[in-house]
Amino acid sequence: MSVHVEAPRGTPGAHGPGPEAVARPGEPVAPGPAAVRQRREVLYFAMRDRRIILGAAVVLFFVLMSIIGPLLDPTDPQAFVGPTGQAPNADFWFGTTTFGQDVFAQFVFGLQATFLVGLLGGGLAAIVGITIGFVAGYRGGVVDEVLSMITNVVLVIPTLAVLVVIAAFLSARGVIIEAAFVGLTSWPWAARAVRAQTFSLRSREFVDLARLSGLSSWRIIFREIAPNMGSYLFMTFILLFGGAILIAATLDFIGLGPTDGISLGLMMNNAVLWSALQLGLWWWFIPPGLGITAIVGALYVMNVGLDEIFNPKLRDM
Amino acid sequence: MSLQVTDLRVYYRTLAGDVKALDGVTFAIADGEIMGLAGESGCGKSTLGKSLTHFDSRMRYIGGEALLDGAPLPVMDSAAMDEFRFKAVSIIPQYAMSAMNPTRKIGRMTADLLRSRGVNAAAMRPEIERRLELVGLERSVLDRYPIELSGGMKQRMVMVISTLLDPSLLIADEITSALDVSTQKAVAETLVGFRDRKLVRSMMVITHDMSILSQIADTITVMYAGKLAEKAPTDRIIGEPSHPYTRLLISSLPEVGVRYADRRLSGIPGSPPPLLDPPVGCRFRMRCPLASAACEQEPPFVQVGQDHSVACWNAE
Amino acid sequence: MRRYFARKLVTYILTFFVAVTVDWMIPRFMPGDPVSGMLSRMSLEPDAANRMMGYFLGAFGLNHPIWEQYLNFWVALFHGDLGISVWLFPRPVTGIIMDALPYTLALLVPAIVLGWIAGNQFGAYAARRKRLDNTILPIGYILTATPYMWLGILLAWGLGSVLKVLPMSGAYDLSMSPTLTWEFAVSVFTHWLMPFLSLFLVGFGGWAIGMRNMIIYELESDYAHYLEALGAPQGLVRRYAFRNAVLPQVTGLALSLGVIVAGALVTEVVFSYPGLGYLVLQAIQNEDYFLLQGVFLFVIIGVLVANFLIDVAYVVVDPRTRVGMQGESA
Repeated sequence: MSVHVEAPRGTPGAHGPGPEAVARPGEPVAPGPAAVRQRREVLYFAMRDRRIILGAAVVLFFVLMSIIGPLLDPTDPQAFVGPTGQAPNADFWFGTTTFGQDVFAQFVFGLQATFLVGLLGGGLAAIVGITIGFVAGYRGGVVDEVLSMITNVVLVIPTLAVLVVIAAFLSARGVIIEAAFVGLTSWPWAARAVRAQTFSLRSREFVDLARLSGLSSWRIIFREIAPNMGSYLFMTFILLFGGAILIAATLDFIGLGPTDGISLGLMMNNAVLWSALQLGLWWWFIPPGLGITAIVGALYVMNVGLDEIFNPKLRDM
Repeated sequence: MSLQVTDLRVYYRTLAGDVKALDGVTFAIADGEIMGLAGESGCGKSTLGKSLTHFDSRMRYIGGEALLDGAPLPVMDSAAMDEFRFKAVSIIPQYAMSAMNPTRKIGRMTADLLRSRGVNAAAMRPEIERRLELVGLERSVLDRYPIELSGGMKQRMVMVISTLLDPSLLIADEITSALDVSTQKAVAETLVGFRDRKLVRSMMVITHDMSILSQIADTITVMYAGKLAEKAPTDRIIGEPSHPYTRLLISSLPEVGVRYADRRLSGIPGSPPPLLDPPVGCRFRMRCPLASAACEQEPPFVQVGQDHSVACWNAE
Repeated sequence: MRRYFARKLVTYILTFFVAVTVDWMIPRFMPGDPVSGMLSRMSLEPDAANRMMGYFLGAFGLNHPIWEQYLNFWVALFHGDLGISVWLFPRPVTGIIMDALPYTLALLVPAIVLGWIAGNQFGAYAARRKRLDNTILPIGYILTATPYMWLGILLAWGLGSVLKVLPMSGAYDLSMSPTLTWEFAVSVFTHWLMPFLSLFLVGFGGWAIGMRNMIIYELESDYAHYLEALGAPQGLVRRYAFRNAVLPQVTGLALSLGVIVAGALVTEVVFSYPGLGYLVLQAIQNEDYFLLQGVFLFVIIGVLVANFLIDVAYVVVDPRTRVGMQGESA
């Protein structure tokens, strides 16, 4: 939860933003000395927090793997290149599938797809959710009522059910479409979280001050409220990114992912479908699941570390 | 009861170092005395109040001691302090408006609290109702949730709860800061009433509002930057302050009937020193109109008259 | 309270309308004519094909004006007629769903309830207890980051294939017929255990972490500090903190229903457990749209009902809602 707001799967609660930096009307939007000092302080603590370092390192490792891996092993993941059902060896680092496909190649290309969907899907959900949350929180009144109703409706609908029905009907699906699905269904919790934050910030004194000085609504949002929520928005994006990866993997697993290409969820789907469990071909299903768990776990841990950095009150003494 | 504090030091541990919020204070409160504790924000007065009751998660005990009625008050040992809390020493906190559990009826919360301290809650009920009447609250308040009460009502409820077991020493931390002027008067008078009715023996009233103190306090202690500046009976502090800081404080108070056009409000230019790395010598040196070379040596807090102590080389 | 429930009901009714409408609209916006496409894929006898056509004309009545089609769809829905399955022709969809439903409920309900309760207790206990916290926290994060199906896969492979302790697929030993015998009950149980564990563990991790954070937040609140300042023992403070921390966990439960249902679906796929999830997989593989649509509507209704129940529970658990709603003056 906080200010406990709910996020998918019991995420570490999110708290308020950091110290305030007041802008005066007419002044250029360059960061003042307080803001610069704040940023340096954030960086200083970020470098020292084990969780952030570890989390970032894990994610970076997998990103690099997704880039370098295909260069090291440019085999087509779908091609039948080797003896079937081989355990990891010198030729095939992650062994082969029951059809003789290179599992390592599938893994690294799958990583690419996973990151892509996470980024696009998470990004889309972030944009939609944050915008709706902001507008609802800042405007209040009827606008808020309507947006909240929409948010609640999308929130309650079990998204997988919708996606199943829609995806089953599209004969050809690409990564973009999957990212669109994911993005358009996972934004509600972000909208609620951002709305709550905006509410609490809107009534703070420095916003009243800006309003009194005659700043227009948009400028108030961008110059007073947004910078203070910057850290919160960043953390929201990280959680959405992780969530998108999980949702996409689930879709892929039941066969509703992109119709060509490979992904980590699809690897697991195939493994189960072709009796890898019974045959003991552990190298086929352990790496993809491990990869997803590691990446999403690292993101969650990073988020906890960032939470403490951006909110000094949480720092343990 | 009497309170004797000697050289109490409590710092805040931060990642940047130790903030020397309370840096060696020595004073005493006599039986039945209402002592006001005044000073700017950040001078250490709330820290002093908390040190004597319940440490914040960031506070660290560094040194010094406190004696309550001659027996040591184990401020450095939270487990040992539990015996004294509520019964011997009690506090009306700064956050009184949110001090009660929002999801529990006030009466039940009070009963839970009393029972957990080994007091028969049912037997106390008539006394609680009597005290509610004293502060002007209805009995039905006990069946309500905190959210149903106004700010002033919550304040008064917390006052009743904190004094329920007739503590020897009551610390009131900024209890009038969030109230309007007429409620401030009512609350201040209630405080005095507690002492007069012998429900509380002595009091330490922490506030930055000198006008309240001038009404209810017997003595006033002025703090600056973690150290004591002056302590004297109220009349002396208001009428003939010795410490330059106290003098500037008093003169910066607006007087009723005097208009801005006739006499301008004077302030104290500058700001208090940072307590992460306080300056050597008298901490008021940088803003003091009487500062001299001698002030590079820290002046001790010494008695200069009947019940009157000052920390200044230039005090008259 | 009336206003609170009124708003919730409006949301649910609206959601139901939107869901049904979306479901009805989808075939119309797909390229080509899905109905004849499906029929042609289904090499049916002319007699069977005619019956299918009959339903199509009713539900998707492509010859009727649009609004009439929509109405017919609703009428059929209220008669409990979700159409006839294409893949398992001529069984009605409703019947197929009813057969699979008990298995899914058998997984979902215990996993949700036990996971939530156990996770909350554990998380609350671990909060601020250094050594326990340091071990629980990473385990919890790993569990909650694990995709449901991967945990299922690991369990199935580890306990089923490698250690051969528990069976890996099906709801009961297929050599047995469902009778009220001890062996049958044991067989059902052993087949149920792993899919249940898989759902339970992931949920448990998430709830434990959430509760731990909530408890820490509550222990930092003003009322906790006040009680401590008055010398109240940790037991009382923790008790109050727990009661207050549970409230957002109840709300969180309602929000996570969609995720848990999705988790149950994929877990069933891993274990070939004959619930709604496995049904969905087969429907997708066999391109049986009517079955999919039926399951979808069913799941929606289930989730809405569950949400409503949780809303009722929240009012019971949080005394402030009752007070605020009764119009008492602040």
